[in-house]
Amino acid sequence: MSNYIKLIVLGLVVVFAAIGTNYARDLAYQVHAILVMLIAGGLFIWTLRNTDEPDILADRSGEYMDGVIRYGVIATAFWGVVGFLAGTFIAFQLAFPVLNFEWAQGYLNFGRLRPLHTSAVIFAFGGNALIATSFYVVQRTSAARLWGGNLAWFVFWGYQLFIVLAATGYVLGGTQSKEYAEPEWYVDLWLTVVWVAYLAVYLGTIVRRKEPHIYVANWFYLAFIVTVAMLHLVNNMTVPVSIWGSKSVIVWSGVQDAMIQWWYGHNAVGFFLTAGFLGMMYYFIPKQAERPVFSYKLSIIHFWALIFLYIWAGPHHLHYTALPDWASTLGMVFSIVLWMPSWGGMINGLMTLSGAWDKLRTDPVIRMMVISVGFYGMSTFEGPMMSIRAVNSLSHYTDWTIGHVHSGALGWNGMITFGALYFLVPVLWKRERLYSLQMVSWHFWLATIGIVLYAASMWVTGIMEGLMWREVDANGFLVNSFADTVAAKFPMYVVRALGGVMFVAGALIMCYNLWMTVRKAPAKEASLTVAVPAE
Amino acid sequence: MEDYTLLRQFADSWMLLVLFVFFVGIVVWVFRPGASKEYKDTANIPFRHQDKPATSEEARK
Repeated sequence: MSNYIKLIVLGLVVVFAAIGTNYARDLAYQVHAILVMLIAGGLFIWTLRNTDEPDILADRSGEYMDGVIRYGVIATAFWGVVGFLAGTFIAFQLAFPVLNFEWAQGYLNFGRLRPLHTSAVIFAFGGNALIATSFYVVQRTSAARLWGGNLAWFVFWGYQLFIVLAATGYVLGGTQSKEYAEPEWYVDLWLTVVWVAYLAVYLGTIVRRKEPHIYVANWFYLAFIVTVAMLHLVNNMTVPVSIWGSKSVIVWSGVQDAMIQWWYGHNAVGFFLTAGFLGMMYYFIPKQAERPVFSYKLSIIHFWALIFLYIWAGPHHLHYTALPDWASTLGMVFSIVLWMPSWGGMINGLMTLSGAWDKLRTDPVIRMMVISVGFYGMSTFEGPMMSIRAVNSLSHYTDWTIGHVHSGALGWNGMITFGALYFLVPVLWKRERLYSLQMVSWHFWLATIGIVLYAASMWVTGIMEGLMWREVDANGFLVNSFADTVAAKFPMYVVRALGGVMFVAGALIMCYNLWMTVRKAPAKEASLTVAVPAE
Repeated sequence: MEDYTLLRQFADSWMLLVLFVFFVGIVVWVFRPGASKEYKDTANIPFRHQDKPATSEEARK
């Protein structure tokens, strides 16, 4: 019966997308309509072929749903490499403008590829990592199978469709020009549907849990899911110009729009890139170190302090703008108070290793997780400092900001995700161990040195640029033109791009290592036998 | 009174108090007597049920 409903819905989508292809007012919308038409058409045929087939209803409540997590792990590694490659390419574009090829103007120049890079690493790499690990963690810590049956598969594939629509939209010019919220209205609506399904799967599993207590990692994941839903809805309140076109107009105007954008933007950092990844930290570091978290009490205080404070920090993106001073001061104060929970969480993660510090010498995976927490501490120190109005007057609009973002994103988010992938692949594919620990070490050092090159060159060029912009001569005239600062930044841009090359090289080594783990590492003996009764 | 002033006054007074008291309440609650013993058990959740879900008999109340 449900298949008939599916067929009707898919059929309507195909017809609607076909009409959209015909009436499309812009290229991005037309390409997306064709894409949706083909995907819905394929699904229609696939559903049709499976309709009225005998149901094979196996009771799977006695095992975890790991298939979707395996797909999530592969998607994370794939989108990671895509996003890192795009980032390295645009870093070279900045150093050598000739790479903005004449034949690809309007499609592959820096302005089009930059949102492609940021969305690929944050939403495709980070998002897939969060969805996959959250599905893994919520099952293990609730001792229950994922709720909702195939809904988890809908979340996975629906999210991939969102990524493809967003990425192709940027290249073809479909963007609402809000940083980190670039996708246009219909892509936003689709993500809303997927996200509600994600929340349902997650909450449903927690409701079904067999442990009385909800483990702290789930609190962080849940805060991430709920808050991102709220941010997404409020920041994307747009009215489409036409149902057959991608252009839309936001209902907020002026400084209110700016404030909502950075309330969204900073909480995307706070809840997508921090709370969600802290959920990862609170599960995978104890697992890899084989000891419980240092202080569970601290983890609870960490959670509430973090979510109470982060939501107010956004206005620090709008110092010296039309935003009232009291609001930007509020954002600054809350950013500085955030030092406390951030460092409390960092200490909690690091001290989990107390009594097992020797593992740092023998286990490169735990080394990766620890340096990730180290980078978390470093960037949550740097961030509040940069939010102070006086410091911000020097750092804002310079490359210092980009360096700060990357020490957080590459160092904290990247490294903890790599650590989680190295933990998950042997477990999910039932292997005894990783293919090569030596390759993990290579990855570790390439990535670390790459980030250091990146952050150091951006500090130098950012502060230099800030000082050049404000330099005035004895008569009060500006000394440097903007082009002077661009010329002066060239060497640092090359160093930054080389740092990116090292980071990509490390990620490629990881992919090879994980691939060979699945192909060649010895299988785990016990798990090969299929559920033989104990008697 | 227009909406902005009304909401602003509410946010600055009662809502601020509610959030602050809630937060302090959590900190106090975390350090309640007997909490350490319970949290020791909770912190060990990741080391149970690694391979398959708990059966109804195993479920902990």
